[in-house]
Amino acid sequence: MSDFLVEMRDVRIEGRSDETWMPIINGVDLTLKKGEVLGLIGESGAGKSTLGLAAMGFCRDGVRISGGSVMFDGIDLLAASAEQKRQLLGKRIAYVAQSAAASFNPAHKLIDQHTEAPVQHSVSGKADSAADGIELYRKLRLPNPEEIGFRYPHQVSGGQLQRAMTAMAMACRPDLIIFDEPTTALDVTTQIEVLASIRQIVEEFDTAAIYITHDLAVVAQMADRIKVLLKGDEVEEAETRTMLSAPTQDYTKSLWAVRAFERPEKPPVATDATPVISVQGVTAAYGTVDVLKNVSFDIHAGRTVAVVGESGSGKSTTARCITGLLPPRLGIIELDGEPLPLDYRKRSKEQLRQVQMIYQMADTALNPRKSIGEIIGRPVEFYMGLRGAAKRKRVAELMDQIELPADQYIDRLPSELSGGQKQRIGIARALAAEPKFIICDEVTSALDQLVAEGILKLLARLQDELGLSYMFITHDLATVRAIADEVVVMKDGLVVEQGPKRDMFKPPHHAYTDLLLSSVPEMDPDWLTNLLKERGVDNIGDAAVDKMS
Amino acid sequence: MSTVLWSLGAIVVLLAGGWVMRLAGQSLTGNKPFFRDMPLAVAFGYVLGAALLLFGIWYYFQPAVTADGVPVASVQFFRWAVQGVLIGAAAAFVFRLIGRTLGTAGSRKMFRQMPLTAAFGVLVILIYALLAIFAPALAPHGQEEVFGQANIVPGGNPALGGNPDFPLGTDQIGRDILSRLIYGAQNTVGIAFATTLLAFVLGGTFGFLAATLRGWMDQVLSRMVDVLMAIPSLIFSLLLITVASAWVSGFGLTVAMVVIIAVIDSTRVFRLARAVGMNIVVMDYIEAAKLRGEGLPYLIFREILPNATAPLLAEFGLRFCFVFLTISALSFLGLGIQPPLADWGTMVKDLSAFINYASFAPLAASVPLLAAGAIALLTVAVNFVVDWMLNRSSGLKD
Repeated sequence: MSDFLVEMRDVRIEGRSDETWMPIINGVDLTLKKGEVLGLIGESGAGKSTLGLAAMGFCRDGVRISGGSVMFDGIDLLAASAEQKRQLLGKRIAYVAQSAAASFNPAHKLIDQHTEAPVQHSVSGKADSAADGIELYRKLRLPNPEEIGFRYPHQVSGGQLQRAMTAMAMACRPDLIIFDEPTTALDVTTQIEVLASIRQIVEEFDTAAIYITHDLAVVAQMADRIKVLLKGDEVEEAETRTMLSAPTQDYTKSLWAVRAFERPEKPPVATDATPVISVQGVTAAYGTVDVLKNVSFDIHAGRTVAVVGESGSGKSTTARCITGLLPPRLGIIELDGEPLPLDYRKRSKEQLRQVQMIYQMADTALNPRKSIGEIIGRPVEFYMGLRGAAKRKRVAELMDQIELPADQYIDRLPSELSGGQKQRIGIARALAAEPKFIICDEVTSALDQLVAEGILKLLARLQDELGLSYMFITHDLATVRAIADEVVVMKDGLVVEQGPKRDMFKPPHHAYTDLLLSSVPEMDPDWLTNLLKERGVDNIGDAAVDKMS
Repeated sequence: MSTVLWSLGAIVVLLAGGWVMRLAGQSLTGNKPFFRDMPLAVAFGYVLGAALLLFGIWYYFQPAVTADGVPVASVQFFRWAVQGVLIGAAAAFVFRLIGRTLGTAGSRKMFRQMPLTAAFGVLVILIYALLAIFAPALAPHGQEEVFGQANIVPGGNPALGGNPDFPLGTDQIGRDILSRLIYGAQNTVGIAFATTLLAFVLGGTFGFLAATLRGWMDQVLSRMVDVLMAIPSLIFSLLLITVASAWVSGFGLTVAMVVIIAVIDSTRVFRLARAVGMNIVVMDYIEAAKLRGEGLPYLIFREILPNATAPLLAEFGLRFCFVFLTISALSFLGLGIQPPLADWGTMVKDLSAFINYASFAPLAASVPLLAAGAIALLTVAVNFVVDWMLNRSSGLKD
């Protein structure tokens, strides 16, 4: 018997596309000892989730393991019968999915779902495992551990749900847990709590874990070893500290270097300049509840204002007010010193043209049934009145600006493009209107880091060339650092703090800004440990946010 | 009581057979996962299927005529059904094979990925369409021509009492059934197609309008649709056609029927279009188009409609069948397509009495089944094609 808990040798996995099998993983080895945490990182499409699932002997539909071996504690998972696997999964191997909200059954209470696996596998009775669940909830520092189990999934916040799911995975005290991007969908202050809880409980029960993520800083906190994947091949694997300090491969180095992008500072704006967009005392409501309270800020020509805050802080609502989709209850919005009608339907074509928007999800922002040429061509035709050859020429120019060869892409559909390319098309569509001001709503948060960096650089270049003004909505402070000239921090519909970027990243901060900044994981593997030591477990994340309000 | 015991006994035997088959499979294949992980219920299913297949083959070769010359209707009809399915499958296979070798690269690819059921459906629809379009050229006689006396025996074999001039016989007042079947394709299918199209134009437009505008417009339209849907549709259309018949007659009444059925059916289309539209209008690209300042027609027909074609097409196929059956039902009741125009629903009604002869004259009894079969075949074919289109469109969404 080997001393590995999981031993995968030369694993090959294929996925079905159209009528042929395409390789997803080309012969990767993966080993894991008892109690060890392995971080799997890579871009989307690198095959990290597929490999993680294969460690359970499991494949998604349309995917097959075509070669190699997967041994779990001496059991050959690829040869094991369905019955044998049933004995292992849930009991000795557990899985924590990215979206807890989509993984819990909305029709059952948390504790009933928690006890299901132990009862099914005859590990313990229902009452015992419920009591154990409450104990786990307490360990994971969920609020009201005695009662929270009796709620339904929709009555619990996202971060709490993710911790409840971790507790559920722990219910049978498995030997191995696979975490598939468990914090990717969460805000930074929520993420830090979940990270601290996961790490604590994995250490306490000496569970082995495979931690899949695309965020290097996160994996640095969690893993003993890191394995980097690229397009189904292993790039390198090393102890976390070695990997962070001395990566050997070019690809890994480029991943590490992404966070270094930062634009040079611009000179301060003249005090008498008219801002391109001026938001003055805007208060807006959904129904009778005010979600924006007296928000004011200016955006000057050629500048980028980053609006930072967590989900629910009102950043996107501010954008909806500026575009006129949600007419504010009070306050005014000026374009070049002229007040804009509050409802977009009352704005003139010229006013609509000046304010453009780039969306977070390029998938839903581009009509899937229209070709790239039609998507970019429509604003050209609509605003500029160009048709036929003139329109096609202008579209080609625009595609040149976003660095996509027109002859190759102009007739494709959005589904035939990668995520980063789709986002570039979104940018081109906004540019086609030749606006003064563009709202960028989380434009990089759905993209891989290398691709996101490309988009940020493109936006920066376009700003320099065309003198555009940006309002950059984001929750990622690394993005703020990279591209912003000024920063507006929002919380609960209020502007908490605003000013030039260099002031924002220097103390003293408002307490909330401070918390946001300190919650962003850093590449230092001791960062989380130090932070916990410094602040104490009850003063991080949402708990600290709650104390503030 | 004995029936219950017999069934129980059969289940036990089949279960035992399944268990034995699984065990044999395991030992013969060296415990391949297919047999190893097979639940007993699945093994039972395989054995049951095999037993039914064997029974079918045995029954097919039973004599169709008893020793004293009396035909056995059930065996005869079973044979026809099996032969029909086999011929249909073979025709579909050949049709698909032709499609795979002829035509453009795109159409060849489409035929390569087409399941046999869809090929069958496409073939049947094509044949119906050709019959409907070229009915006057293809039909041997006019649909209103009356020939002497009724001779309902199909097959045209004088030895069995048929007449070679009328391959499917003549109906109760002596009109050629084959010609009336062919003209029926024109009348019934053509009118059903027009009705469905009208229903979709009405329901689709108003549904998307409601989804895009929301607010009071949505409320007014949706509540009107609710009211229309609250009344049983067949009875409602009967009522409205009866009312309409006070003013118009003949061709005018047929037009009135088309409009009435279209309006009633458009309520179902409205619901679907509104639901599909609602999912599309929340997309960011619609928001982008609104913020660009696009007008309502552009939003509905250029942004929403292209994304709703898959579910609408699928619904079109189903709705076509329902409309078609409604028209046949109305004709059967005497309110649909008016005689002397040939119509399948009316033909079923007029000839239905002959079904009583089934036990001693299966040939004569099959006459009313011809028109009914024509209706059933088209319904099945359309559904095959719709299933295939749904499959393709959901595959595209991935």
